[in-house]
This record gives sequence, C-alpha cells and structure tokens, in this order.
Amino acid sequence: MTAAGPVIPNFGGASSCVLRNGLFCLGWVRQHWSDTLAPALVQHLELTVIAVGLGFAIALAGGLAAHRYRRAEQPFSVVSALLYTIPSLALFQLLVPFTGISLTTIEIALVAYTLVILFPTIVVALRSAPPEVLEAARGMGLTPRQILVRIELPLAVPAIVGGLRIAVVSTISTGTIAAFLMPEGLGHPIIFALSEPHPFKTEIYAAGALAIGLALVCDATLVVARALLAPWSRRGA
Amino acid sequence: MSLADEFRPGTFVQALHFIAGNVGFLAGKTLEQLELSGASIAIALALALPLGVVLGHLHRGSAFAIGASIVGRALPSLVLIGVFLTVLGIGFLNNMVALAVLAIGPILTNAYVAINGVDRDLVEAARAMGMSDRQVLARIELPLGAPLLLTGVRIAAVTVVATATIAAVDGGGGLGDVIVNQASYRLQGVLGASLCVMALSAAVWLALLALQALATPRGLRAATLLELSDYGKERL
Repeated sequence: MTAAGPVIPNFGGASSCVLRNGLFCLGWVRQHWSDTLAPALVQHLELTVIAVGLGFAIALAGGLAAHRYRRAEQPFSVVSALLYTIPSLALFQLLVPFTGISLTTIEIALVAYTLVILFPTIVVALRSAPPEVLEAARGMGLTPRQILVRIELPLAVPAIVGGLRIAVVSTISTGTIAAFLMPEGLGHPIIFALSEPHPFKTEIYAAGALAIGLALVCDATLVVARALLAPWSRRGA
Repeated sequence: MSLADEFRPGTFVQALHFIAGNVGFLAGKTLEQLELSGASIAIALALALPLGVVLGHLHRGSAFAIGASIVGRALPSLVLIGVFLTVLGIGFLNNMVALAVLAIGPILTNAYVAINGVDRDLVEAARAMGMSDRQVLARIELPLGAPLLLTGVRIAAVTVVATATIAAVDGGGGLGDVIVNQASYRLQGVLGASLCVMALSAAVWLALLALQALATPRGLRAATLLELSDYGKERL
C-alpha cells in the first residue's frame, strides 16, 4: 500500500476519459444527455420558435403596411440598420433595467434581430411581382385585395421562406449568447464549460454540435416547406 | 422578483456616471477590443478578399463562394470560440482565429458576387478596347464592384467587433470583460460597457459606410447610398 501522493477525491462516476479531459467522451454524453443536453436543446428550440414566430408575425404585418403605405418603410429600415449594429450581448444587458433577467428580455432581443432580417425581405418580396402580371390581374378585374392575396403573396412565398431560413439560423446562433444572461439554451453548457479552469472539451463539442445540428435541421425543414408551399420555386429563390 | 424591482430605467443614469468616472479604463478596454477585431479582420481580408475577387473574375466556384457565408452563418460564434479554445488554448490567438473564421463568409461571398456581377457587356467592351486581363480587373471590375464588395467588409467588420465582446469568456479582453463580470462592476458597469460597445460598433459601421461612399465611382453613388439596410444585399 502506498500512502504518498495527493489524495484526489473521486466523486464517483467520472470515467478516466472525463478525468483527463479527453477529446470526446461518449460516456459523458450518454450519462448527461437527459439531465443537461436534451433540456438545453429543447429550451433552445423553444427560444427559436417563439422568436421567429413572433418576429414573422410582426414583420408580416409591418411588411403589408409598408407595401400599402410606402412612407412607412424608410424609418423602419434606418432603425433596423442601427439595431443590427448592436452586439447581442449588449442588447440583452441593455434590456435588463426594463424587463429584468427574464425570458422576456431574451425574446425581445431575439425578436428584434429577426425583424432586421424579415422586414426588408418581406417588403422586397411583396414588390417582386412582375409588372405585366399585375397589369393582367388588373385587366381581369381583380381588386387590390385580390391582387395581394392571389398574386403578390403567393409569388412572395419563396423569397419570404428564404428570409425565414436566415432568421432561424441566426436566431439559433444568437440564442447561444442568451446564456450569458440566464442559464437557458445550448449556450449554457458551453459557457459553463468555458468558465472552468480546464474547459471540459466534451461538453463544448457536444453542445456546439447540437446547436449546429439544430440550425441545419431547421434550415432543411424550411427548404422542404418551401418546396411544398411553392412547388414552382425548386431552383433557388 | 416583482415587476417593480425589475423596472429600473434609472440604472442608465448610474451607467452614464460609471462611464464618466472610468473613461481611461473603458478606453483601454475599447482599444483591446479594436486590436483583437482588427487582427481578425486583417487575416480574413488577406485570405478571403483575393480569393473572392479571383473567383468572381473567372466566374468560377459560385457554390463555394456563396456557400461560405451560408455555412458561416450556421456556426454560432460562441461555439467557434469554445472550439478554438480547446485547440489553441486561452488567450489572443484562439479568439483571433475564431473571429477571423466568422469574417471570412461575408467578405468572400460579397467579393465574389460583386466582381462576378459586373456587367458582362462592359467587360467585353473593355477587352475590345485592348485592355489586358489585369487592366479589366483593376479598371473595370474592381471599381464597379467596390460598393458591394465593401458592404461585405462592413458586415464582417461589424460582426467581428460585436462578437469580440463575447471573446471575454476566454481571455479575449475588451469591453466584454466588464459586461460578463456583473459581480465586480454591478449592473451600472455592465450597462455602461454595453453602451460603449454599442457606440463602438455603430462607429465602425458608420466609418466603413463613409469609406464605401468614397470608394464608390461617382456614377454609381446615388444608387448605392440610398440603401442603408445590408440584408437585402446578402444572398442565400
């Protein structure tokens, strides 16, 4: 029996891979899938769906208004250009005095960033109907409302879905930053690992891969949705 | 926490006091952030700009050049910083590389789209006048592509300066050091630094917008400066 040497406490369960901070410890991922990774993934998906859903509703309403009254567009694009330059970490913090450290704060910031992307996309998409098509519609006696619903909106679908793809992917990316404010989403395991003296690689890689995977899956879903909604747009948008 | 506790816009006044009382300290942090951002953008420019311009000039590799910004967007900055930390260790180097990776996408894509999209008739005419390949690039394609090309640089620069704030989690320094350390600086310090970061990236955005205005050929000026929003110009 050897008595010399430091006593390294063993909290049980840690494999040798975890102890030497190996490149990727599959065992750790299995062990912590249900208590760390899966909940973070679900939270992240929730953050994203709420932000993009709300952002899309607001941008669509605003886009339709700007389509009708052109003057509404200019102030909005100036505001959104300035908003785009605000770093996400700063925006989260700047909202704290108003809405506290809460999910509301996170969602307000995420929705704001989706608006920067979605609003101009929707306005441009609504305007993209070819003039001869509009002319023909008017000639056939369609009212402005019918033109909007039957011609301009359907023709705008591919470009709008293109905007949604960008919005979803960048919301998933920005969503990781939200974890600086409160332990929420896939950013949390990463920040937790980074704050340790010896950052635990497996946790960073696993959460990072989930974030990238989530972005790719959501993007692919929207591509499929576009193919179903606008079958004529198979070649790019 | 009740709503009354949370709603404290007065904190912004304290934040301004914090800024006024720590000008030198915040200026130092800003300088750190600019150093890190500048180094990353320089690397990204050196790699992506010539590549995008050459591919655009040859009208080749569109999938690669446009795919770069799509892939780049799917990589969250925090994940990049985390992953490079495990490879390159804590400090300046890993942050610089992670931020450079972020900047490559928009620079490469916009440089390619800008040069590739120059009116082919003009290029034909230039060749018919006897211009060499190099002259076509230098006198026709680069000046005409400059506005869109610089839009890419502007998007990349603002993204990098903004993201450099996050680099504070692994020794990147900069204003993020204050923002992520509420325990030391309290909420007013965090807000003060956030305001500084906001001003910094807006300043970078405006400076590059001005540079873009200067670099735009006179005939194109009115057309490009009307459009402030950057997003319509990026392609998916």
